[in-house]
Amino acid sequence: MFKNILDFIYILSSLSFIFGIKLLSKPATAKQGNLIAAAGMTIAILGTIFLNETVKMSNYAWIFGALILGSVVGTIMAKKVMMTKMPQMVSFFNGMGGACASIISIVEYNHMLHTETGSPIKTVILLLGLIIGTISFAGSMIAYGKLEEKIKDFYLPFQQVFNVLLLGSTLAMTVGLAHGYTQSHELIYAILGISFIYGLFFVFPIGGADMPVVISLLNSFTGVATAFGGFLYDNKVMLFGGILVGSAGTLLTVVMCKAMNRSLTNVLLGNFGGGSSAGTGKSITGNIKEITSSDAAALMKYSKKVVVVPGYGLAVAQAQHIAKELESVLEAEGVEVKYAIHPVAGRMPGHMNILLAESNVSYDKLLEMDVINPEFKNTDVVLVVGANDVVNPAAKTDPGSPIYGMPILEVEDAANIIVMKRSMKSGYAGIENELFYNQKTRMLFGDAKKMLAELVNEMKAS
Amino acid sequence: MESVFQFIAENQLMIYLVILMIFVGVELIEKVPSVLHTPLMSGANAIHGVIIIGSIIIMGQAEDVFATVLGFIAVFFGTLNVVGGFVVTDRMLEMFKKKK
Repeated sequence: MFKNILDFIYILSSLSFIFGIKLLSKPATAKQGNLIAAAGMTIAILGTIFLNETVKMSNYAWIFGALILGSVVGTIMAKKVMMTKMPQMVSFFNGMGGACASIISIVEYNHMLHTETGSPIKTVILLLGLIIGTISFAGSMIAYGKLEEKIKDFYLPFQQVFNVLLLGSTLAMTVGLAHGYTQSHELIYAILGISFIYGLFFVFPIGGADMPVVISLLNSFTGVATAFGGFLYDNKVMLFGGILVGSAGTLLTVVMCKAMNRSLTNVLLGNFGGGSSAGTGKSITGNIKEITSSDAAALMKYSKKVVVVPGYGLAVAQAQHIAKELESVLEAEGVEVKYAIHPVAGRMPGHMNILLAESNVSYDKLLEMDVINPEFKNTDVVLVVGANDVVNPAAKTDPGSPIYGMPILEVEDAANIIVMKRSMKSGYAGIENELFYNQKTRMLFGDAKKMLAELVNEMKAS
Repeated sequence: MESVFQFIAENQLMIYLVILMIFVGVELIEKVPSVLHTPLMSGANAIHGVIIIGSIIIMGQAEDVFATVLGFIAVFFGTLNVVGGFVVTDRMLEMFKKKK
């Protein structure tokens, strides 16, 4: 009886996951989608605790202890994190899921040995869950560290050979254990260790700008690890949720790569941001011209149309609110203001949208690249706030550049370009930007929040 | 090899489910606007937290210290994934709400 009710609950939660993802893919319904999926998850968890007959009542205290502790810590972390740090937060939580999957495999493997219920297939399922979960955990932690800027890009000589060897050896050990070629079950810890190292080196060489893609990929890895768990327990909701995330996550990864006009292999081989084999791009000579904030303010105030190009600099400086204020002041002067959103501006797709939406910038003013690019011709002033690689013309003109081929915002079509930047330091891809030396470009050096505030004050004063 | 075929035969339904779910996953998000990539990734991240069910099962069956300790950690990690994932997604989506 209990089992039947539990099966029914699992069907309901599987449905909630599908509807959840479906609703999440439309702006108007996204919030409901998330809540529905969360509700489905809650009933699945409670159902498992109370209705699964193998779960002993004597262990309830432990289960609820861990659940409550996890909920409190998770909620605090998720609530406290700054909007700018969302990407690394997602990566961290993803890593937790991966770690959970690998612990399950280890415990179940030992259980299997003691009860002698093993079979070669079960061993393979367990070990694959372990390998993928561990890679996801280790990789996510590195991605987290990179976005926090605590870990630098890091290459070994023959990195790819090394990685293939690591992965090959874990798979060989898996086959060895499954086939009974070896009875030394401590090998599972070797597999654990090597998968962990592989996870580290999988992400180490990948440039920081590519972290969103990596996080999305690791996300689908954890999904696959979850699906293996589903096979292990013959649990449909785990299989369902796992595969759903695995496939949706993989597609999302590909979509993100497409937005940058790069292939997934290209991202994974780490030929970006630090340049292992690709050319470093030619160095540029020329003069840059600075502009004072009062001149910049005047220039913008007396133009018809201003397009703001936000980038990571805006996020770092937490300048989204003051950006909105600038918009209001300009609009009060009769200036048309729009925002040009590059799909990979910031550290995650949609990063800029979230930030600007936080400061109440209206939806329809955030224009995607394809829509805004033809409009630059009729734009008087483009204000680039802390963006760099996404406006680098080298992506179109210099085949030797590591970002060659990436679609960019064609800001150089505008009449005037003001680039707000902290320094002449290059962007995340580590390459020079010809745009700064353009005849039409004026540089406004300083922190985005401070400089935007100065602009607002100048406009209000004059 | 035999055991592989046997496994497939015994788990036909599960395997059909996997195949269908792959297509459902792809269909569901094929035309998602790039604005929603991050929340969607985060929401999907929370959904794979369903792995927590496995950890509850090992915790629930735990008899020795080894399984109890690891089970506890696994449930804790799984909860972080689920709760953190949904709360972060909710916070991101909060930003999309139309504010009069």
